[in-house]
Amino acid sequence: MELHAAGENALILYLGHDTSPAIAARVQAAGTAIEAALGSDLIDLVPSYASILVIYDPLKTDHLDVGRRLRAALAGLPPGVDLEGRSVILPVYYSAETGADLEALAARAGISIEEVISIHSGTEYRVYAIGFAPGFAYLGQVDERIAAPRLATPRLKVPRGAVAIADRQTAVYPAVSPGGWNLIGRCPTRMFDPHATPPMPVAVGDRVRFEPVSRARFLALGGELA
Amino acid sequence: MSLEVIAPGALALLQDRGRFGMHRIGLTNGGPLDPEAFNACNRLLGNRSGCTAIEISFGGSHFRATLETFFCVTGAGMPLAVNGVEKPLWAVHPLAAGDTIALGFAERGCRSYLGVADGFDIEPTFGSTATVVRESIGGLGGDKLQAGDLLPFKKVSERRCFYLPPEQQPRYQDRATLRVIPGYQQAHFSRLQQRRFFSHAFTVSERCDRMGYRLEGPAITCDIDGILSEGICFGAVQIPADGQPIVLLNDRQTIGGYPKIGAVLSLDAARLAQLRPGDTVHFAPINQHAAHNALHLAHAMSGRSRLLERSP
Repeated sequence: MELHAAGENALILYLGHDTSPAIAARVQAAGTAIEAALGSDLIDLVPSYASILVIYDPLKTDHLDVGRRLRAALAGLPPGVDLEGRSVILPVYYSAETGADLEALAARAGISIEEVISIHSGTEYRVYAIGFAPGFAYLGQVDERIAAPRLATPRLKVPRGAVAIADRQTAVYPAVSPGGWNLIGRCPTRMFDPHATPPMPVAVGDRVRFEPVSRARFLALGGELA
Repeated sequence: MSLEVIAPGALALLQDRGRFGMHRIGLTNGGPLDPEAFNACNRLLGNRSGCTAIEISFGGSHFRATLETFFCVTGAGMPLAVNGVEKPLWAVHPLAAGDTIALGFAERGCRSYLGVADGFDIEPTFGSTATVVRESIGGLGGDKLQAGDLLPFKKVSERRCFYLPPEQQPRYQDRATLRVIPGYQQAHFSRLQQRRFFSHAFTVSERCDRMGYRLEGPAITCDIDGILSEGICFGAVQIPADGQPIVLLNDRQTIGGYPKIGAVLSLDAARLAQLRPGDTVHFAPINQHAAHNALHLAHAMSGRSRLLERSP
């Protein structure tokens, strides 16, 4: 573990140097411990792939005190603990209609579309980070067989719910936005709803599985094809 | 009843102090780019701190009141007129139903705050009314103000007309020295590169907005191209592959994968946000202790300046 200065009221904690489900689980466990240790002195936390940015109230405490409390909190975490995280299932309607890049991705991988679907939905993912846009969750790792680089020319408009792959990560677009990821299907679950509690179905460290559903089921679950 | 937007100008946004504690779902802070001017606006009006006001960038905004209240404009030097009669900034003025407010283009600085007694009545989203257009969150439907928008407030018939004497008002200039707390990937910048960063002047580029200010100057190089995406704190100085620093501000993305050399002290980031393209910036290193002391000193001094009162 390494702790560095980030800013006038922020420290950044590194728990590893690469991405793995074990590090993601550790980030989640450490985040929970830090929240408990800092209480109301904490302003915000930004957990990511292998780090946690800890933002504290500089009028209540300082970097020395926060550093001490972080070290103590993390020393109390059993080493190698691999918290299970919540398990979340997201339905996906995989099709040419909803996945404009599905066919090209299968051709690139030299396998059938059915195999792409079975590999994508047969893998358990971890939420590695949330960012880019409200509710945008980066999930990993995508099986190497279906990993695909970002599009050379990003689309100006990717629909809400689009399920996509970029390198060894996959995501569900929470809102209409520009995007360069390979589209393979669409998910009817809202990834970000300001009026819902909680506003997101997943948090960093959670486990996610995709479940293939039919067009009819997708529509019945509130999916939109427009 | 309300303040009607006749013309929003270049960019007008409803802002309160900002949205905090929501980075985990990807929401940034928003909030006033120049908290000193924003806080002074609420203080002059006798409001509780953090009441929703309008942040006006560059000026050119026109409004009409449909109800009586008191208002105040602080921040950049924008000519202010009520019903065509010139009025001072940093001063509370009465406003009657039908009165129009006109703000010309900024002559010094570029961000101003227009507040009314008790603030605008806006429904908070995730605990804040701060507008972040990129996220479509806050303000009125997550958008910047448009002609025809109605900004509700409550009728106020009595308020003391305070003003901040000119010698106490900030002087916005065309240059600023930004104190930087070295941190993050600082170790990946050689001593030579750090010396270059802290000794050369940088120019504010055309690409400056609420997300960040991109600066132009000697290229600063780092011994790594990128990093695993990680949390970005306010003021972080990101150095992309072209070596041109970007100071990340209120509407920054919450995570990113460019190396960072440190973070600008918030008190100075507020000064940066008052600069315009072509203005000059220097960086000066400051350690965490000194930064902490500077924040406490600023906090102790805030709200201490003596307000004067005039008869309305």
